Amino acid sequence: MTTVYEGKRRGLSRRDVLRRGGKVGIGAMLVISGSAVISPQFAWGLETSGLAPEAVATLIQMARDIYPHDHIEDRFYAIAVKSYDERAGKEAAFKEMIEAGVADLDRRAGAGGYRGLGWEDERVDILRQVETTSFFQTVRGGLVTGLYNQKELWPLFGYEGESYSKGGYINRGFDDIEWL
Amino acid sequence: MAAPYDLNDDGVVVIIGSGAGGGTLGNELAQKGVDVVILEAGARIEYEDFINDEWESFGQLAWGDKRTTSGDWRVARDFPNLPAWIVKAVGGTTTHWAGASLRFQEHEFRTLSHYGKVDGANLLDWPLTLAELEPYYAKAEDKMGVTRTNGIAGLPGNNNFKVLKAGADKLGYKECHTGNMAINSDFRDDRMACQQTGFCFQGCKWGAKWSTLYTEIPKGEATGKLEVRPQSMALKIEHDASGKVTGVLYADKDGNRHLQKARLVCVACNSIESPRLLLNSASAMFPDGLANSSGQVGRNYMRHTTGSVYAVFDKPVHMYRGTTMAGIIRDEARHDPSRGFVGGYELETLSLGLPFMAAFLDPGGWGRSFTSALDNYASMAGLWIVGEDMPQEQNRITLHAEMKDEHGLPIPDVHFDDHPNDAAMRNHAYAQGRALYEAVGAIRTFPTPPYPSTHNLGTNRMSEKASDGVVNKHGQTHDIKNLFVSDGSQFTTGGAENPTLTIVSLAIRQADYIAQEMATGAI
Repeated sequence: MTTVYEGKRRGLSRRDVLRRGGKVGIGAMLVISGSAVISPQFAWGLETSGLAPEAVATLIQMARDIYPHDHIEDRFYAIAVKSYDERAGKEAAFKEMIEAGVADLDRRAGAGGYRGLGWEDERVDILRQVETTSFFQTVRGGLVTGLYNQKELWPLFGYEGESYSKGGYINRGFDDIEWL
Repeated sequence: MAAPYDLNDDGVVVIIGSGAGGGTLGNELAQKGVDVVILEAGARIEYEDFINDEWESFGQLAWGDKRTTSGDWRVARDFPNLPAWIVKAVGGTTTHWAGASLRFQEHEFRTLSHYGKVDGANLLDWPLTLAELEPYYAKAEDKMGVTRTNGIAGLPGNNNFKVLKAGADKLGYKECHTGNMAINSDFRDDRMACQQTGFCFQGCKWGAKWSTLYTEIPKGEATGKLEVRPQSMALKIEHDASGKVTGVLYADKDGNRHLQKARLVCVACNSIESPRLLLNSASAMFPDGLANSSGQVGRNYMRHTTGSVYAVFDKPVHMYRGTTMAGIIRDEARHDPSRGFVGGYELETLSLGLPFMAAFLDPGGWGRSFTSALDNYASMAGLWIVGEDMPQEQNRITLHAEMKDEHGLPIPDVHFDDHPNDAAMRNHAYAQGRALYEAVGAIRTFPTPPYPSTHNLGTNRMSEKASDGVVNKHGQTHDIKNLFVSDGSQFTTGGAENPTLTIVSLAIRQADYIAQEMATGAI
């Protein structure tokens, strides 16, 4: 069972994580602990099953690099990639493709791997190199719904979603533009 | 009460499809006392059950059966198995349509005469004039409650319209308003007024937008002369030794096959499935498919020259609030070859929710150029380009050589190449859309490629001569007297206008003709 869970309290400390035997990634906000990817800063963790947590952490970084939104927390990207982890647990060929794709990103990045690259531009350069691979296209294609179809994320973009139950916008600003 | 008809009742008119063409025709015939069975491939989903959620609604309504694509259109690359965004449900694509209801212009019925020969285009005059269709346009507008006709007030303008209008004024456009919409601006025909909900494409949960699902079909059923059989996928039209059609073989929801006998058959399955059904009905007598002596079945596939322009501003717009398409500029709809192309285009307000914007703004796009556009979603305005595209013989629906559907029948392939005229028109429209938004302060604009087609037209076209097309001016096939085509696949050319009003008008007219021919015993 793969779950994204919120920490009991916000701000799991670096020391807490280290005490639990976690490895703090180089320059990364994500920490690997056992089979989980943990965000100490935002107090959530993603329990992995089909893929190594390191690979999932890389996918989360890759997801952000593909669709970077600075006002969107990592957990939304984590939710978006968890379906890949689940699918990898069921389909050997899929798991192999993802693992090979992640290994390829790390290889191209050199020592320190993909997540070790400090600048988004450096990572995007690598993504451009693999843009036509089925690995990249599978990850990107799945994110279109995996990321943007999360209802919790919509308000962060100013999209209000369902409106019928609120009586539409006839009395809620369908024509409230004032700056024209 | 809708009385079910017996499978062996060979006195019924069988209509395949319940959308703008089939649903309207079914009601019109039932009102005249004709016995009608509508076979509808999709389920019956009443409007209360529509969903205000783009992907969920797409899963509920869209025609998702596998299709393939080919040609140079971007849809073939970005959505290779989704050439069209249309509906598989009772009511057909009238559940999804946006409601824009425009009459064709006079010259659009005679493009070959008016534009002259265009290289690579298979232009042809309709065997029909605007004057002949006008009385039926009037009936359709009344039936559908089109705003700005019959004394019906226009819809109020939403935020997206206000931006469009301000830009139109700056560019000097004269004809800009909230459209001729088959969406109630006030209570009418037992249906309530638009509540500005913003989910027109997902099916109107108020029933304010005209759809055959809750207008034509229940009205027809109330006569006791119309039976709608949902989840009934037509597989083959049967004929006898004389070449007359005798019935329709269809599969029910469990895949069991039935043969519904018929006095006559009307095909109204949209411009991909209609020619597919005729081609799949090939027999020893008609080896190239039914009604295909001209070889034109499946050809001249048109989808309108579309595209969108989205723009971001430094202040909020909330374009998704309110009626999606209640805003139009008609100034570019004229034929004016000085612009570098024949025919014209409409500019209409359009909005997508965040999930669909992510999927359609620039399919395949990624990185900050793409995501910074979405970051400004709340400050975005948008318009859709709807222009006349050129009929081309090689743009066509064919049967796939290998791939079969669940019933063992070849799936359709949709081939489309842009004509240079289409590309020139689209580029002109992109530039105008961009100028329009920049005139009111847009920071960035996005020329967005065409979505999977909603306006599928022309694949069983009308022609004066049997050698040029598939049906005559009444939608009756040239080859088989008791076989009709009743949807947008009849269109000889596409015009610049959203096609539904014309489909409905043709269906009303066709019902008059069929009833008259049946009464005289001609068919």
